[in-house]
Amino acid sequence: MASRNWIRVLSATMSLLLILVCSVAAQTPQVIKIGAVYPLSGNIASTGLDNQTGVELAVEIINGKYDLDLPLARTMGLPNLGGAKIQIVYADTKGDPRNGMSETERLITSEHVVAMIGAYQSAVTKTASQETERLKIPFVCSDASSPTLTERGFKYFYRVSPHDDIMAKDPFLFLKDLEKKTGQKVQTVALLNENTEFGSQAGKAYRKYAEQMGYKVVADISYPSSATDVSSEVSKLIVAKPDVLLHASYITDAILFTKTFKEKGFQPKGIITMAGYIEPGYLPAVKADGNYIFVRSTFATDLAKSKPLVGKVNELYKKKYGHDMSENAARSFMAPFILADAINRAKSTNPDAILKALNETNIPGNQLINPWQGIKFDPKTHQNIYAKGTLVQILDQKYVTVWPFEYASKPFVWPFPAWQGRK
Amino acid sequence: MPDQLMQQLADGLLIGLVYSLVAIGLTLIWGVMNIVNFAHGDFLMLGMFGSFWLFTLFGIDPIFSIPICFVGMFIFGLLIYRFIVRKVMKGPILAQMVVTFGVSIFISNLAVYFWTPDFRLLPPTILQGTWHIGGLDLSIPKVAASIGSVIASACVLVFLKKTSAGKAILATEMDRDAALLMGINTDRINALSFGLGSALVGVAGAFLSTYYYIYPQVGGLFGTIAFCVVALGGFGSVEGAMIAGILVGLAQTLGGFFFDPSYKYAIVFSIYLITIWIRPKGLLGW
Repeated sequence: MASRNWIRVLSATMSLLLILVCSVAAQTPQVIKIGAVYPLSGNIASTGLDNQTGVELAVEIINGKYDLDLPLARTMGLPNLGGAKIQIVYADTKGDPRNGMSETERLITSEHVVAMIGAYQSAVTKTASQETERLKIPFVCSDASSPTLTERGFKYFYRVSPHDDIMAKDPFLFLKDLEKKTGQKVQTVALLNENTEFGSQAGKAYRKYAEQMGYKVVADISYPSSATDVSSEVSKLIVAKPDVLLHASYITDAILFTKTFKEKGFQPKGIITMAGYIEPGYLPAVKADGNYIFVRSTFATDLAKSKPLVGKVNELYKKKYGHDMSENAARSFMAPFILADAINRAKSTNPDAILKALNETNIPGNQLINPWQGIKFDPKTHQNIYAKGTLVQILDQKYVTVWPFEYASKPFVWPFPAWQGRK
Repeated sequence: MPDQLMQQLADGLLIGLVYSLVAIGLTLIWGVMNIVNFAHGDFLMLGMFGSFWLFTLFGIDPIFSIPICFVGMFIFGLLIYRFIVRKVMKGPILAQMVVTFGVSIFISNLAVYFWTPDFRLLPPTILQGTWHIGGLDLSIPKVAASIGSVIASACVLVFLKKTSAGKAILATEMDRDAALLMGINTDRINALSFGLGSALVGVAGAFLSTYYYIYPQVGGLFGTIAFCVVALGGFGSVEGAMIAGILVGLAQTLGGFFFDPSYKYAIVFSIYLITIWIRPKGLLGW
């Protein structure tokens, strides 16, 4: 009995101490904790780890002193909060929406993070942001792209990057530009998408714009992204004979489809894709078979030609990780800056103060590594009103910006060269 | 359209035979030991990585690394049995399930640690390209894998039916206690089946590595299908796994082509559900 009492006394003292420590910490925040949920293990772990590199570099730039045009780069930490440093607390979603939800709750309630970033996958971001909405903590997302995320009227959810509805329109705008420029006609398109949140929303948007802009949809296929074999999907495409294929995929299915396109000799005039084809694991896996495929993008290292900041950031990145910054890492790179900037202006880690500052966010385009006019959130949806996409084409196993034409660093190749006779 | 029907049948057969080969190892272990080896898919991944590294480091073509994968995975299976699975054989069923599940998580995470979660594909090996025969496109590595699957299954059947060790495995499958009474060392039979099951999935991995991408979690996809194939074909039945593998492959490609690819796995699993509803022991189970 005596020992049990002793434990009670001890635990009471401990919790008192803990409360004391927490309240002291709240007054002078030396370290500001931000939670990050990413798929760090499981099927798309390679993507999650890539997102993490972008976040890590961003935090280093915020906390340290760098001669860059990025927000808060030239100061140590957050100047309005006595130079407080940002610390990211990571949690693994394993790519599962349920984990996204439970890990977000854990980060907020037991790690006491003041804001959240993540989660790359739209389905996971959806559940994770339900949790932040419930617990009234801001969530700044710069990597998930399903349009519905910013259509829910959430008060605490913000998105920096363009969503799939914007990016689904881009291929059609590109096709119109292409027809004008080359005089070649494109009449039919085939739509191919994986069937979770991201793919089905992207497919829906493709369908809408194909109709609006007068292209005939000759095949509309959705498939499970965890498939072991996609020969029947590709056979369907071959029978449909589209001029252009539009594909929304994750990485494993992107690799599998590329292999199967080649094996079966699927030969449209152009293949324009999303997401999976631009992940860092894709090109090392398929090598030259990825050539001439177009991918929607918000970043490519060759943007350095028209935006010197991109080159400088990529140099820092390369020094740290030994390879070029990917589109994924670049997307996740922005969220910490937006939050740090907002917390700095709010001069507080109070969620409502951060929220108010986020609503007033106005970061000019020259402080970004993306080809946008800036960052400003729509007061209703909290979507960045300036976000837009670009198209890159894989040329000689590199991602080259080819559209909008003013950002192009090389002319695009059209039509898609025949599989046979390629090296 | 008739061309496409033939093409879908061919594609279904090619992928189905690979499913069969993956499932045979699983059904052997399941039938003999009554243990669900949740790490089976991860053993497949090890076979794929084995073949990948033999090629990358020593330039050994996957076709020649098949015997190495067989022997390597046989020894690996024996070790896993001897030091892990054997310990829990006498324990409660839950412990047996949890232990292979644990092995699965351990192996795949170790693979992430050593080999990173990146995707790898072998560059074109001896087996490459596509055959165009009578309007059909047949991928050569897939054809080779299917032929390999048929040969491997035939060897397993001959081994089981004609050798005394094989007959002892079958006897243990049918009735463990009776086999024990007849003087069969069931512990050694367990070890042999576990080793053989692992070796077979290692061979499947080597074949798959010639055309499929390799990464630490690749086993999950094939593992799930292998469970379905084993249950459909009948626990412990090699012939059953063979037929069920082909059925699943055909259901997947035909269903995907003539209906909607979204539903192809739904079609596969409904066939499975209907079969076990009518015949709980599977097609050829006893």
